[in-house]
Amino acid sequence: MSYNLKFSRYNKCSILIDWPSEIDENILNSILNFKTSILNHYSKQNVEVVNTYNSILVIYDVAVENINAEFKRLKSLFKLQDRIEKPEIKIWEIPVCYNEEYGIDLDNLALKKQCSKSEIITLHSKVIYTVFFIGFLPGFLYLGGLDPKLYFNRKSTPNLNIKKGAVAIGGQQTGIYPQNSPGGWHIIGQTPVTLFNVDHNPPCFVKAGDKLKFKSIDKLEFLKLKKRFAKDAFTPKFSSTNA
Amino acid sequence: MLKVLKSGFYSSVQDKGRFGYRAYGVPRSGAMDAYSADFANALLGNDASAAVIEMTMVGGKFQFLESTFIVISGADMSPAINGNAVKQNTIIPINANTVVDFGNALLGFRTYVAIKGGFRSELVLESRSQYNEITTSAKLCKGDVIKYMPFARSYNAANAVVKYNKTIWTLNIIEVYQGPEFNWLSDVQKNQLFTTEFKVSKLNSRMAYQLTPLLKNDLKPIITSPVLPGTVQLTPSGTLIVLMRDCQTTGGYPRILQLTENAINSLGQKTIENSINLRLIE
Repeated sequence: MSYNLKFSRYNKCSILIDWPSEIDENILNSILNFKTSILNHYSKQNVEVVNTYNSILVIYDVAVENINAEFKRLKSLFKLQDRIEKPEIKIWEIPVCYNEEYGIDLDNLALKKQCSKSEIITLHSKVIYTVFFIGFLPGFLYLGGLDPKLYFNRKSTPNLNIKKGAVAIGGQQTGIYPQNSPGGWHIIGQTPVTLFNVDHNPPCFVKAGDKLKFKSIDKLEFLKLKKRFAKDAFTPKFSSTNA
Repeated sequence: MLKVLKSGFYSSVQDKGRFGYRAYGVPRSGAMDAYSADFANALLGNDASAAVIEMTMVGGKFQFLESTFIVISGADMSPAINGNAVKQNTIIPINANTVVDFGNALLGFRTYVAIKGGFRSELVLESRSQYNEITTSAKLCKGDVIKYMPFARSYNAANAVVKYNKTIWTLNIIEVYQGPEFNWLSDVQKNQLFTTEFKVSKLNSRMAYQLTPLLKNDLKPIITSPVLPGTVQLTPSGTLIVLMRDCQTTGGYPRILQLTENAINSLGQKTIENSINLRLIE
């Protein structure tokens, strides 16, 4: 599919490229292909590229002197992108313990949704989610694919201390808190997986475009995995596909 | 080694920040007033990426265990060695065990200490800038020690004639470009933006500066999009939030303006109740 892209200067050192303002997997694929061709063209020391739902921000390590020449170069890279090799997509399996001990808001959510807790767990763990991008906190994944039956407005007063690994629902999104932090989402479980680790390269094993599935585990398994993940540089299970 | 005897109100090690990790949600960080930090490093003949200590509002007290040379720049915190005032923006020779003491910021808000060769604190994701959950600690604490290479020889400072330009942070004018959502603003809002004298609110930190008064606003949030230090967001309640060096990588409020690099440096020297005027440039 071809999109009408908008190129604009964001500041002295960066260029913003906008796709239509929608959350859509076709747009994401177009964005990620373009991102790959930009990253292939430049050295990582000189240029970094971040994406969100419908934008790419290209950040240069020095001021862009001739902005029109740079727009032109990027546009020609965009035309080339059909020829690039598609990156491997990983489907990560993230174990989650939905026990009430960890899923502190699960009771309330079931009450408001007028369904059982196990229905919520099933709806939450049967979907293969798409990682659109990482933002908000180091290692926080923006996931697409939450079942509309689980949409639930954020809390009006945020929790001051949500535990690292908390799996939560907020509005039309689900996510994992990569570190202890305040937050307004409803906590339904916890994962023993560490999503962000500065001692690993890259610090987050998941990348934009990957897929992710939650797997329900019991407390015993949770504690066992937590020990294992703490000891080794352990990443969860995954399978691969070429999108 | 440098020993932190008193940490001051909020002090941290900063360099040019992290480049190449935004795609993992890692903020850029770096010295809030990069002009002053760069100036101090340049005077010592350091690389611009050399790590410095940044102090905020109230300075600290530091003991240098080995001889070296330092430059103090930025806000005036009445620096003193053994009770004797020392000059800023000039190379200061430091003997082993010298204690350098700082007071409250008199003019400006942030002060920098650069050292010959740069501070050698922990390097995480290619930067020494302290940040919560990235480095061991988000700021300097009493008792911390930071390594540096001792430097005993006297040397000819080639850059000693460079003059520090205080006007970039004593002026109240903050220069801005149009942000991606600038054209969503009404003419009334645009007019208000560039004629109102704004003040820095008490909610100001290395992450963001909020401004008062509110700007009348009915713009809706945007789909979560990239932001950078210097991005000015307009919230549904009409608060102007200027993102600073430690800001998140993405945001959901309309990005109406973008500060120039100099403007970010200037704002980093402002504190609560300081006035600013926004000026649009091409």
